Amino acid sequence: MNMSRILRSPASSVVQYLIVVGLITYAAYGGAQSLGYNWQWYRVPQFFGKFGPDGFVWGPLPEGLLNTLILSGISFVLAVVLGFGLALLRLSNLIIGNAFANVVMEVVRNSPILVLVYVFYYVLGPIFDFDRFTASILCLAVFHAALISEIIRAGIRAIKRGQWEAASSIALTPVDTYRYVIMPQAIRLILPAMTSEAIHVLKNSAIVSVIAVAELTTAGRNIISDTFMSFEIWLTVAAIYFVVTVALSALISLMEKKYAIRQ
Amino acid sequence: MGMTNTAPIIELRQVEKFYGQFQALKDINLKAMPGERMVVCGPSGSGKSTLIRCINRLEEHSAGQIIVDGMELSEDTRNIRAIRMEVGMVFQQFNLFPHLTVLQNLTLGPMRVRKLSKAEAESRALTYLERVRIPEQAHKYPAQLSGGQQQRVAIARSLCMEPRIMLFDEPTSALDPEMINEVLDVMVELAQTTGMTMIVVTHEMGFARKVADTMVFMESGAIVETAPPETFFTSPRSERCRAFLNQILQH
Repeated sequence: MNMSRILRSPASSVVQYLIVVGLITYAAYGGAQSLGYNWQWYRVPQFFGKFGPDGFVWGPLPEGLLNTLILSGISFVLAVVLGFGLALLRLSNLIIGNAFANVVMEVVRNSPILVLVYVFYYVLGPIFDFDRFTASILCLAVFHAALISEIIRAGIRAIKRGQWEAASSIALTPVDTYRYVIMPQAIRLILPAMTSEAIHVLKNSAIVSVIAVAELTTAGRNIISDTFMSFEIWLTVAAIYFVVTVALSALISLMEKKYAIRQ
Repeated sequence: MGMTNTAPIIELRQVEKFYGQFQALKDINLKAMPGERMVVCGPSGSGKSTLIRCINRLEEHSAGQIIVDGMELSEDTRNIRAIRMEVGMVFQQFNLFPHLTVLQNLTLGPMRVRKLSKAEAESRALTYLERVRIPEQAHKYPAQLSGGQQQRVAIARSLCMEPRIMLFDEPTSALDPEMINEVLDVMVELAQTTGMTMIVVTHEMGFARKVADTMVFMESGAIVETAPPETFFTSPRSERCRAFLNQILQH
């Protein structure tokens, strides 16, 4: 009991992660040694930024990271909005709305995201005339909306029937019932799963490098094609994703505390 | 008020309710006059709760007519809301909103539905908290209160909507014995000092004797007997009602 609590604490998660990463790095390093790989870590910092004649200039990695954050941030917000809509449709007794939401869910859930990226960029892009950045945002948003709608639906359905009945008995409208009674309670149940979804979006955003959107993974790939430093750059890119996702987890656990039921 | 004294405020005509094959209400005919206090009793599963839950449309009746305050309950959601504004309900499990303070529980309906300002809603809430004798708990959360206190808050929440009718669905059944009386006292006081129409589903026969104008006995989804309490408790007509009263009055 105590042991498992210690194992699940955030600090120990970081330690566990570092141990695993350490082992992999060690193995990779060993493997690279035997390949006769020429490590050039000293060349990595310049890709974060350097001092030129006009002062400090950001390198391609922070620029890529910024794009990744913008891309996944917008996608996630859009996904939550769409996901909430889908969840409401599925909880409603509108026959058409319900069927529509189900079709969207099934199609999206059962397609590889890579295929969706191609569909959004090469098929929908030319039809509706949007660029690669928009295509990526829409693709990520739709993909995650399907997953998020399930999380939201489960959260809403977990609220006891008596809460709905009490809201009805004081004549609240359905909108007010959701807004003041159901969602404030459901959000506590939804947040933990939403955390992993937010991180999932961030990591999934790497997929859009296949249509050359200038985000972090694309930045890494471009540097490698110029320098051939695959090991250093990919490890660096992985570390950047790690730092960002851990920071995000910490932020959300703060939010969870804020929304906890006061006793 | 002359008219309303002669017309029933609640009228059920040949109401039936089915859950699939199961018939929960059978040919229910019932009238409650404004200000009438009605106590509904009967063995569990006899349809008492279903009956009162049909009156504010928490359950949809399958056939017949339900007319509340001159409005017939229909599919029309605006109609349903209009009726719910006049009909308060107190639940067995209290159903307070756990994420809101007592005061917020009480002001939500008045502010959102009755469109009162925050100050008006709060002063109204405090009035009714006095009424149920727990003004000092206004800023606590439901989980910090005892069951009896929670149920009194739930009563106050309904009262804050200033309904003409109050429905009580076994309000003391989920309470520890020592808390039953504090809730019943509040209900007795309500009955004695307001002109509110009350329909109470309960097994508390002491309460029934004290406040009821009409006793209704139900069994297997049907109303078996309707009588004023004197007659009901001393000489019930039906054998089944007599047997039921014997069982619950033994103690």
